[in-house]
Amino acid sequence: MMLEIKNLHVYYGAIHALKGINFHVDEGEIVALIGANGAGKSTTLSTISGLLQPSQGNVTFRGEDITITPAEQTVQKGIVQVPEGRKIFATLTVMENLEMGAYTQRNKKQFQKDLENVFTIFPRLKERQNQLGGTFSGGEQQMLAMARALMSHPSMLLLDEPSMGLSPILVEQIFEIVQDINKQGTSILLVEQNAQMALSIADRAYVLETGEINLQGSAQEVLHNPMVIEAYLGGH
Amino acid sequence: MKRFLETINVRELLQPLAQMILFSLGSGAVLSVIVILLALLLDQTAAGQFLLERNKVTILTYTLVNLPQVVLDGLTIGFVYAAIALGYTMVYGVLEFINFAHSEIFAVGAFVGVEFLILLKSFEIIPATSLFMSYLWLIAAILAAMFVAGLLAVSVERIAYRPLRGAPRLVPLISAIGVSFFLQDAIRLIESLTTGQFHRIIPSFGNFDERLVFSKIALGASTIELGIQVKSIIVIVAAMLMLIGLNYLVNATKVGRAIRAVAQDRSTASLMGIDVNRIISLTFLIGGTLGGAAGVLYALKFTRIDPFVGFFPGLKAFTAAVLGGIGNLTGALLGGIVLGMLETFAGAYMSAFTMGAAGAEYKDIFAFSILILVLIFRPHGLMGENVTQKA
Repeated sequence: MMLEIKNLHVYYGAIHALKGINFHVDEGEIVALIGANGAGKSTTLSTISGLLQPSQGNVTFRGEDITITPAEQTVQKGIVQVPEGRKIFATLTVMENLEMGAYTQRNKKQFQKDLENVFTIFPRLKERQNQLGGTFSGGEQQMLAMARALMSHPSMLLLDEPSMGLSPILVEQIFEIVQDINKQGTSILLVEQNAQMALSIADRAYVLETGEINLQGSAQEVLHNPMVIEAYLGGH
Repeated sequence: MKRFLETINVRELLQPLAQMILFSLGSGAVLSVIVILLALLLDQTAAGQFLLERNKVTILTYTLVNLPQVVLDGLTIGFVYAAIALGYTMVYGVLEFINFAHSEIFAVGAFVGVEFLILLKSFEIIPATSLFMSYLWLIAAILAAMFVAGLLAVSVERIAYRPLRGAPRLVPLISAIGVSFFLQDAIRLIESLTTGQFHRIIPSFGNFDERLVFSKIALGASTIELGIQVKSIIVIVAAMLMLIGLNYLVNATKVGRAIRAVAQDRSTASLMGIDVNRIISLTFLIGGTLGGAAGVLYALKFTRIDPFVGFFPGLKAFTAAVLGGIGNLTGALLGGIVLGMLETFAGAYMSAFTMGAAGAEYKDIFAFSILILVLIFRPHGLMGENVTQKA
């Protein structure tokens, strides 16, 4: 098991956002975490990356307990989160955004290699590297956010709603890229409201409802589960 | 060495220099035109007659011969304001919080520098020393002030602001005002315990008080010397070096990118591996060192300091930061220069233009009128951006 979440409880003030969830991600997998708005998906990612602290439970990454590791140190362990709403640095150029992604990278050669890799995956960023991030469209910002995350050379990527606010064609493109990144050896934990898309590329999936995991299994099983069809796939 | 030179981004060194020259010339020119127009208007009025009778010059001549001096003085104080304003603006950029204790950091810097020089004088190291050594001692005093003021600013953040990070915005603001009073009284206490007096005077040494005279102009019965004091040159040069250094740090280094990233989005910056608390401490350190250095420069220029010395320069630098667009470094530079110029112009000409009814002591009206006008009509300042580029 690469990433293991055990009995995780998180509170936002008085709100019990996560009520003891358990799940895991294996090496090389794409795991989808689907659920409605407010189910606790983003909370889960932010707790893994250390932006939030759980009141109970453990996060283990490659055998190491990273439950209370602060966000700025989680990157160095090899996990990086692409936050919901991209959160690119609007007043920094594309290049500066990418350099921020590689903030912990001290090896210049590795930086160049990662940069080339990122430019191969996202050729458009190379053409526009001196442009300010804030001038980009939503789809381009999503690509920049993913590229920025890849600059830290992660072994696991936490993607929070990459499809949000994008046209179907762009969503299609983004998900193809996610698959490519996965094929390069990066494990992926994908949080999505767009269950159909998420399940189409995931190996396994968990369904999160009001802070609890109610269903889990292979992506195919979850995709054909009547409850999921009813609740998330606009089923009949 | 050659490789090191190649990594220097020359553009980021030249750009702020060009900006400073542009802002200085620009504000100088605009204000000059205004006073010359006013002088032409007032020439035939009572104000013109009054001056003609008293000083035997027309108001236009009076305005013109004083002009170069006023511009130079305005620049000197303008650069001091700019250096202080950067402290406000940097902290605001990162925390969206006005550090009202910054004026006292400035005052502490002034006291550290002046006490250091007084100490040197008591050991008879200055003034009996070579010119070269005088400059070295002055630099040492500035560095000592930067060191103490920088550490103090970091400690203030650590003790009085960081525990309040999650609180409503008014809470750290009140804490800052408290720190401000605390530091004022701390200076007072320490000074009265150790020296028995509140105000200290910077020892005179080196050639700082000398005046370089370019030319002399006959003005009615008397002559006016056109010149600049050596210490004014020192203030301008030192402030320019600091401002260029800061601009380089923020715009062309990795740590500067991290500062800008934290200013924009703290939690995303931490996801990139940036230690946000360290960056915040760093901005207080930078703001504090600039403020401390500005304190010594201020003391050098105006010679006398007291525990409340930070109050007015602090408020004016804050005005300068707001005028330029708070959070914007170039704006703080512009605001400082414009405000310094405006104030000096007002101080120099108000008396002549109003027949002595409103003298130089009313010059502060201009600074604070600007604060009010900017807040009403252009709250984001001259150079503040309306960035709302979030998807």
